[in-house]
Amino acid sequence: MSRRLLEGIRVADFSWAYVGPLTAKALADCGAEVIKIEGRSRPDVERAAVPPFKDNVPGFNRGGHFNSVNTSKRSLCINLARPKGKEVAKRLVAWADIVIENFSGGAMERMGLGYEVLRKIKPDIIMVSSSMQGQTGPDANRAGFGQHLTSLSGIVDLAGWPDRDPVTLGYYTDFIAPHFNLVLILAALLYRRRTGKGLYFDVSQLENGVHFLSPLILDYIVNQRIAGRMGNRVVNAAPHGVFRCRGDDRWCAIGVFTDDEWLGFCRVIGKPDWTRDAKFSTLEARKENESELDRRVEQWTLGHSAEEVMALMQTAGVAAGVAQTGEDLLEHDPQLRERHFYWELDHPEVGIYRAPRPPYLFSICQFDVRRAPLLGEDNEYVLKELLGLSDEEIAQLVIEGVLE
Amino acid sequence: MANNREGIGMLSPYRVLDLTDEKGFLCGKLLGDLGADVIRIEKPGGDPARKTGPFYEDDPAPEKSLFWFAFNTSMRGVTLDIEKPEGKKLFKRLVETADVIIESFPPGHMDKLGLGYSDLEQVNPRIVMVSITAFGQTGPYRNYKTCDIVAWAMGGYLYVYGDVDRPPIRISHHSHAYLHTAGEAATGALMALYHREVTGEGQHVDVSVHESSARLDMTHKWDMTRVFLRRGEWLGPVTFRACYIWPCKDGYVMWQFWVGPAAALWTMPFIKWMQEEGVTDDFIKGIKWVEIDTGIEEGARLATEVLSRIEGLVMKFFSKHTKKELDAEAKKRGVMLYPVADVKDVVESGQLASRDFWRKVEHPELGTSIVYPGPFTRCSEADLAPRVFCRAPLIGEHNEEIYIRELGISRETLSELKQAGIV
Repeated sequence: MSRRLLEGIRVADFSWAYVGPLTAKALADCGAEVIKIEGRSRPDVERAAVPPFKDNVPGFNRGGHFNSVNTSKRSLCINLARPKGKEVAKRLVAWADIVIENFSGGAMERMGLGYEVLRKIKPDIIMVSSSMQGQTGPDANRAGFGQHLTSLSGIVDLAGWPDRDPVTLGYYTDFIAPHFNLVLILAALLYRRRTGKGLYFDVSQLENGVHFLSPLILDYIVNQRIAGRMGNRVVNAAPHGVFRCRGDDRWCAIGVFTDDEWLGFCRVIGKPDWTRDAKFSTLEARKENESELDRRVEQWTLGHSAEEVMALMQTAGVAAGVAQTGEDLLEHDPQLRERHFYWELDHPEVGIYRAPRPPYLFSICQFDVRRAPLLGEDNEYVLKELLGLSDEEIAQLVIEGVLE
Repeated sequence: MANNREGIGMLSPYRVLDLTDEKGFLCGKLLGDLGADVIRIEKPGGDPARKTGPFYEDDPAPEKSLFWFAFNTSMRGVTLDIEKPEGKKLFKRLVETADVIIESFPPGHMDKLGLGYSDLEQVNPRIVMVSITAFGQTGPYRNYKTCDIVAWAMGGYLYVYGDVDRPPIRISHHSHAYLHTAGEAATGALMALYHREVTGEGQHVDVSVHESSARLDMTHKWDMTRVFLRRGEWLGPVTFRACYIWPCKDGYVMWQFWVGPAAALWTMPFIKWMQEEGVTDDFIKGIKWVEIDTGIEEGARLATEVLSRIEGLVMKFFSKHTKKELDAEAKKRGVMLYPVADVKDVVESGQLASRDFWRKVEHPELGTSIVYPGPFTRCSEADLAPRVFCRAPLIGEHNEEIYIRELGISRETLSELKQAGIV
């Protein structure tokens, strides 16, 4: 068995919901030992409240999001409101290399677990606080979820049809922030190896989201242009869109960018007369007549399954792809299957479930993706083996309501 | 000017050779902003991506692409044709002192050039090579083509968003799938670098646009219930309704009604706010929000009924106020309502200003400076915070600095290489 990428790295993970857990998941799947600090009275929202649950039956260990996003971690369930609970948390920080949290700004300080306190316990600790809008500023303490941030960062405004209201993109920014958290954590680990020093990062998910819009930000700064919604169109391709195919709500995305691709596209659809009309002979012309073009393309795609459209187009050198459902991805996608992207994990309460590995492969190192923990499953392991508490000390924590 | 680091930055000891197209731009930027010495290697004459808009003052010149500016900060730039024998030799000389290579050619392309991982490993056994491709180095789709809408579709995020009576929808303008991919590439590169520091071994990292897109995972509903998520459903009915986007006086706000136990904290303050402004009626006064929680299907039906009956009233309430007014009042009242910001709102954000987020970056070639999004985090050591060290490089801007001063090539040789189209 080859060495894991992050073998020996220790993480005290206070985070909940998506951003922190997704960040910690990448570290855990790559071999770091990640202890997730949870509370029964203050459970991760993905355990307690967010569907889907296995077979639609709620339960702390039955959440689909939770079990997918918290693979390879261990669960310590303690009451952080109690002073002894905070003491346990601090002992865990003394054990850790990295601390991750994603509460709203100032929350860890208010709990008595802010960086100034933790660095006294572990001077070289690397701590990432990823909050919605940062630890400072007039809006630091505002509560919100990923969907609100996707709206606030300008991204929702860019999704939708030009003749309609913008559409929600769910908690989209929750997938942006982990990239930034991870490069910071890994860079800090490299820095610490060199210098022995730890660091604290006050990361704003809003700022991360805004970086994803940089070209449009610059367009406003320089040209005073406010980017609008373009549906599924782009300036440099036509046909370009999502076309209805045969079947119930089946779609295939197609993008034709170059003249060669246009010729390939026409061959695939049998070179009908309309493709020879000057209206469609250049990209510029196709853009001018794009509505008619889209209708004609869809007349063809409606006669084929989405899978056929993709296969035929790709063979002709045209980018095309099925708009895959959850079922398509988990049951039918041959590429993800071949590359073992989803792992089958055996869970005591939900049985077999699937979770993805990180989206990269290494020539030497392997992944070991393990099922998500049950709530408090690793209390004994963490307290006894990692922190060295005696049976009596542990019993005392139970009596005092610290261990939940 | 060169991004003279003087040892600033967490990644300052590392040199990165960046051969990527749009699929990898953000990767080099993240590493460069963190202090690595990133050298962007472009084809002689400049990278095709420079044709991507928007453009500075709408002038579509190769040195004026705002897209290029945005995602190639903190790098030096050389030109080099790695397909020609002389170019390969020069590239290998650069590899000797590099720590990371990032490239995004189709699978097998670098191998065919004699510049694949197994070749470059001979030149520098410690090299970390990150290869970004549409679907990965292996598998039945490895030779398939991608673009943003195809990647978004195949990853699953496309299918579940959009209006139910129209096709599913992507995020407009530049590719987000490629930004996520490049983010993963940066993470993969740094993981491999960390591993190398511990073991001395470099390795090859295989990053796929398809997998990076599928990481925005929408498969849970199918996996848990054997029913897949469709657009218009999103979060579902149990404790709160799917997000609403409401028109207001000058744009849109995001506001959702929470039902069940969460309603006490998240919905009641909003109802109170409406009432204080006199926008209310008997029906809305009589709704028992906290009690709408009678199991999954029943709760959905009840919530839908209630919401459709009050929708008109809520629209009326929002129509009286601007985004800014609603945002400010929501903040005062602890209501989770946020504006649907456009780029202008973002640039004018008080929160971002107070965080000192924006940075003026000099563009001497344009005779001006431009304000950019700045550090993507604050750091306890101010010196180590990521930053825009310099603007994106001009075509071949650092050819002399790197080829002559660092590699020791003579000025005459460089001139010959230029004439031969190698550089």
